[in-house]
Amino acid sequence: MEANDLINLAYVVAATLFVFGIKMLGSAETARRGNLISGSGMLLAVVITLLAEGLDYKWILGGLLVGGAIGLVAARLVKMTAMPELVALFNGFGGLASLLVAWAEFEKIKASGWEVYQLETSSNPTFSGFVIYAAMLIGGVTFTGSLFAYGKLSGKLSGSAIVFGGQKAINILLLAILIGVGAVFTWSSDLELTYKLFLTGVGLSLLFGIMGVMPIGGGDMPVVISLLNSLSGVAASAAGFVIANNVLIVAGCLVGASGLILTVIMCKAMNRSLGNVLFSGFGATSSSGGDDDDREPKAISVEDAFYVLEAANSVLFIPGYGMAVAQAQHVVKELAELLEENGTEANFAIHPVAGRMPGHMNVLLAEADVEYEKLLEMDTVNPIMPTVDVAIVIGANDVVNPAAAEDPSSPIYGMPIIEAHQAKTVFALKRGQGKGFSGLVNKLFLMENTRMIYGDAKATISSLVNELKG
Amino acid sequence: MDLILLFFIFVLAAFLGLELISKVPSQLHTPLMSGSNAISGITIVGALLAIRTEEQGTMGMILGVAALVFATINVVGGYVVTDRMLQMFKKKEK
Repeated sequence: MEANDLINLAYVVAATLFVFGIKMLGSAETARRGNLISGSGMLLAVVITLLAEGLDYKWILGGLLVGGAIGLVAARLVKMTAMPELVALFNGFGGLASLLVAWAEFEKIKASGWEVYQLETSSNPTFSGFVIYAAMLIGGVTFTGSLFAYGKLSGKLSGSAIVFGGQKAINILLLAILIGVGAVFTWSSDLELTYKLFLTGVGLSLLFGIMGVMPIGGGDMPVVISLLNSLSGVAASAAGFVIANNVLIVAGCLVGASGLILTVIMCKAMNRSLGNVLFSGFGATSSSGGDDDDREPKAISVEDAFYVLEAANSVLFIPGYGMAVAQAQHVVKELAELLEENGTEANFAIHPVAGRMPGHMNVLLAEADVEYEKLLEMDTVNPIMPTVDVAIVIGANDVVNPAAAEDPSSPIYGMPIIEAHQAKTVFALKRGQGKGFSGLVNKLFLMENTRMIYGDAKATISSLVNELKG
Repeated sequence: MDLILLFFIFVLAAFLGLELISKVPSQLHTPLMSGSNAISGITIVGALLAIRTEEQGTMGMILGVAALVFATINVVGGYVVTDRMLQMFKKKEK
């Protein structure tokens, strides 16, 4: 029993390291150290677990090497721009692992029978059944949900919401069946039957993960990603109940809870409830709100834009998903530098849900070497907006739509926005005349002081850079 | 009793997790997410414990090893990618 005590003691230390790690990840000065601390907690948990009796080290070594190599290579080689989808993919793998752990435990029960299992582990069969099913269900949903999100983020699948008639009814039915199967699985002790029920549950939860993410559009991705992140923690925690392991329960639960906080932050940034994000199919239906404006957006040539910029005292860049798509962050940085050399103050305004992942724009601009202090948050930037000479909107749309502040009939009314319309002049870089993710006409683009610059954002900015250089 | 104890731990951890993070600057949203995602790879411990020498059937073994591979990808990849991101942020501070 001594080995077991040592292991459990080490788990307590590991859990403590996770707590400090997460705490430190929440602040800029300590974040990197926090990640290392939580990493050392993980290392400790893994190494100490190897002391447990009866493990098959041959297979363990193989699994660790294969998984470690794949993870390391993927994490090293990925471009910063592909970060959102990679995080989604890793997240899915975590969910899948929890599903498999629950399944492996169930195989053990199936091999030995409930009576022996109960004696060996001093567990309650109903409870074991319940948590095995729960870990499988949550893990499965996390896995396919994350894979689907990965597809959307990487552009392998269409980013827009997929909605069809009766979808809600089908999803509710699916969930009801999942719960029903789970109930029978939990209460039945017939191993033949429960095994079939379990496999059915696996299939259904994998399907449910896809069905759940399907009606959610690209612009709502930050919410979904952080929710899936939270779920992968809950799945790990449930797996911890399956094998009665404290460190899994604690660490998984910490992730589940902190992920939920991030989800709530994202929802608040859009002024929508989680339920609304998950079930409304937002952005798939074109709304009529605000369509009655017959003003035409006014375009401006790159050359004229350059003259305005050259004379400006302060310029504010407002990036959105379009900047990520065009991979324009490096040229944007170059333009900002040239403007600074020209005596113009150049800053960036970042909306919390700009892009497809929480903090997406920050990662991109950091990759392009934009200084920390130049990235301003929404609350900082709005009060000074009227003093900004030129606000350059790069591929952002709904997060600068004044309808959110002014038009109570707009579906996005109440969403906090970056008030670009308060700036003296607005340049809006856009690929075409299409609508934003929400399908709304953006009145910002129709305003008197707004000029559109159509075309690829990267090409447009590059020519501005050339004008400034020349 | 054991069961209640586990549940007790779970509830406490949930509250701790909710309190741990209050206001996160948006530049840290991505690292926080991918860093906590790496922690959810703790299920790697469950996978390790599932790979035993004693007889448990081929299927159980296969599942355990598969779980270990995926959990390890999650853990190693998650920590490395988070560190890469944070390193990038760090550079700017000088």
